[in-house]
Amino acid sequence: MRKLLVLSTALSGFAVAASAQEIAVMSWGGAYATSQIEAYHKPFTAQTGITVVNVDADNPAAPIKAQVEAGNVTVDVVDLEYADAVRLCDEGLLEVLDPSILSPAADGTAAMDDFLPGAVTDCFVATIVFSTLYAYDESKYPSDPPTTIADFFDTAKYPGKRGMRKGAKVNLEMALMADGVPADEVYALLETPEGVERAFAKLGTIKSDVIWWEAGAQPPQLLADGEVAMTTGYNGRFFAATVTEGKPFKQVFDGQVYEYDGYAIPKGAPNMDLAKQFITFATTTQALADQAKWIAYGPARQSSGPLVGMFMDGKTEMGPYMPTAANNLTNALPSSYEFWVDRDTELNERFNAWLASN
Amino acid sequence: MADSSAPAGGLLTTSDGRSLKSALASAQKRAKRRAFLLVLPLLAFIVITFIVPIGQLMHQAIYNDGFSANMPRVTAWFAETPPGTPPDETAWEALALDLKDAAAARTVGVVGTRVNYEMSGTRSLFTSTARAASRFEPPYREALLEEDAKWDDPVLWGTMRQVSDAYSANFFLAALDMTRDVNGKIVPMPEDRQIYVSLFLKTFLLAGLITFTCFVLGFPIAHLLATLPMRWSNLLMILVLLPFWTSLLVRTTSWMVLLQQQGVVNNSLVSLGLISEDGRIQMIYNQAGTIIAMTHILLPFMILPLYSVMRPIPPSYVRAARSLGATSWTAFRRVYLPQTLPGVGAGSLLVFILAVGYYITPALVGGASGQLISNLIAFHMQSSLNWSLASALAALLLGAVLVLYWLYDRLVGIDNLKLG
Repeated sequence: MRKLLVLSTALSGFAVAASAQEIAVMSWGGAYATSQIEAYHKPFTAQTGITVVNVDADNPAAPIKAQVEAGNVTVDVVDLEYADAVRLCDEGLLEVLDPSILSPAADGTAAMDDFLPGAVTDCFVATIVFSTLYAYDESKYPSDPPTTIADFFDTAKYPGKRGMRKGAKVNLEMALMADGVPADEVYALLETPEGVERAFAKLGTIKSDVIWWEAGAQPPQLLADGEVAMTTGYNGRFFAATVTEGKPFKQVFDGQVYEYDGYAIPKGAPNMDLAKQFITFATTTQALADQAKWIAYGPARQSSGPLVGMFMDGKTEMGPYMPTAANNLTNALPSSYEFWVDRDTELNERFNAWLASN
Repeated sequence: MADSSAPAGGLLTTSDGRSLKSALASAQKRAKRRAFLLVLPLLAFIVITFIVPIGQLMHQAIYNDGFSANMPRVTAWFAETPPGTPPDETAWEALALDLKDAAAARTVGVVGTRVNYEMSGTRSLFTSTARAASRFEPPYREALLEEDAKWDDPVLWGTMRQVSDAYSANFFLAALDMTRDVNGKIVPMPEDRQIYVSLFLKTFLLAGLITFTCFVLGFPIAHLLATLPMRWSNLLMILVLLPFWTSLLVRTTSWMVLLQQQGVVNNSLVSLGLISEDGRIQMIYNQAGTIIAMTHILLPFMILPLYSVMRPIPPSYVRAARSLGATSWTAFRRVYLPQTLPGVGAGSLLVFILAVGYYITPALVGGASGQLISNLIAFHMQSSLNWSLASALAALLLGAVLVLYWLYDRLVGIDNLKLG
């Protein structure tokens, strides 16, 4: 009798686990995760009945590597930066995705032709183009506000603390652009020791004024607290602070560094089929355009572009805030994942040594 | 201990002729076994959660089979030939076939990452060549060189030979700011990449400083706690324990609220006219922030052992010294202080060891200059994903703390420690 009881309890437990379908999606938290919950998670649950659990991380690449290597994967879909996705894919930590799961555009254009160049790789489907740029507090510079990346490095003309991401990536590129290097020559120059030297020298000119941030939610906070007068950060976060919370921040697109971000499936994800179903759902033309309603990141599909209209408040035109808007691309740099997968170790070591020295 | 089952030629035997010692031992065997079973869960717990992970960490620091496990043919060729052998066609063939297999198994990124740790800029050489590897045909040397001329670099072959041995001290070398040159000789890192040794020193220095400030601040408080009448000392004790029970993160963020440039302290100073609006003091996101916040957080670990030692010291000792003509300073120095030393030792050791491994607080309030070695370990765990280097750094930190503990034992004696 007791055995039977145990068995039936176990079986019913099993049945409950099987019927309550659920997937876990790991992303970056803050305004970005909110936009995904609103544009992807909620409609997906409404349509399929599958619950989507959002998991936050500072950079999902690290916990994913840990989970896969430890053989204990709890996440089904992960949101990754392009360079990290390429790296993890090469190391066999991500599932290979068949591009045929992606749905074609409304006019029948095949998905692979509809996505921006390079946006779909072996293991990764880009959803957005995001940009790292700088923003300043308008009240700090009432007359003659900063307009170029060089102004960010000019603490004599624009006094005040600066915020920058703690790491070599993007900072070195911005330093060179501020030093007068044209965007298309930045990576060629950074391949040489002189270029690296020059970038660090330029960073050195403002080192004593910099407060280093790590999580994407920090820069708008630092600006709002008045801890810094200007800071680099992700454009979507600045947008959320400016438009949603009414902060007097102004973004400067000159010298922006933009790249893809999107979805991948960790190797050995517990609900592989549901994860693929979710990616198919979240990368349709409409879903990508919907996300742009919630945050100012450019959709990674060409056909989504024309569908992007107003912010969810119904009065803010998204266009001017998009990193991919023509006006914002006059002096912009596409981040080179090839450069960073190769030089990441060396340059970050050097960056850390530079940071620790006085 | 002598073997007790030896024939009973000794003094005491039981009535059946066995030696008393062995009879006792067998009688107690059961009791001992039960006692052992009682501690077994704890023992298993410690082994599983403590000893095994530390062992894994040590292993990870010297073992990385990223290359050898995924490039078996080249690894075998390296094993057969003496160091410095220029690659022959066998080697090129092995390389091409290994790359082909690694590309199919999606492990070429692991290989590239492993080589890239030692020789920067080679990761994409592996991944891009592997993408073309399925087309390779003999002669393989020409095929590979046509794909990328960098394959002919003797430095690259030297590096591959080094990493083909899964067991390697290279991560420990890197953790000590050293590297190997082309011939495998150990040389210092280029100056602009040296960081770890100075950071270890800084960590120990800061931990020492924090221990000292904790001592200076904690000693009078512990003394007050021990000597005030009960109702006052209880109130004071709550003031000490309340922050001790509060979450670490809450306390750290409270310091951010207090100390930041637009924070409470700076605002008060400005409104009092002590500093000008532009002269707001930078008290956080630097070394000062780390010291202030960590001193506050670790203070209870100093006060509590001190208090437990001071409490039982009879006040009559100091009074006796005074009545015999000692000045109050002499009475304190020669009578009171020596009796508190076990508490000072315990508190300092606790605070120091905790401070050396501290991570969250410096990460949040340390800015660039207030980072400790644990922050770089976290960096290699979470950002660069170079777990072998992180393990090597952690193992060095563990070793350094053990050495300090041993020194403490030699100088002060661990028996003198009194935790409460």
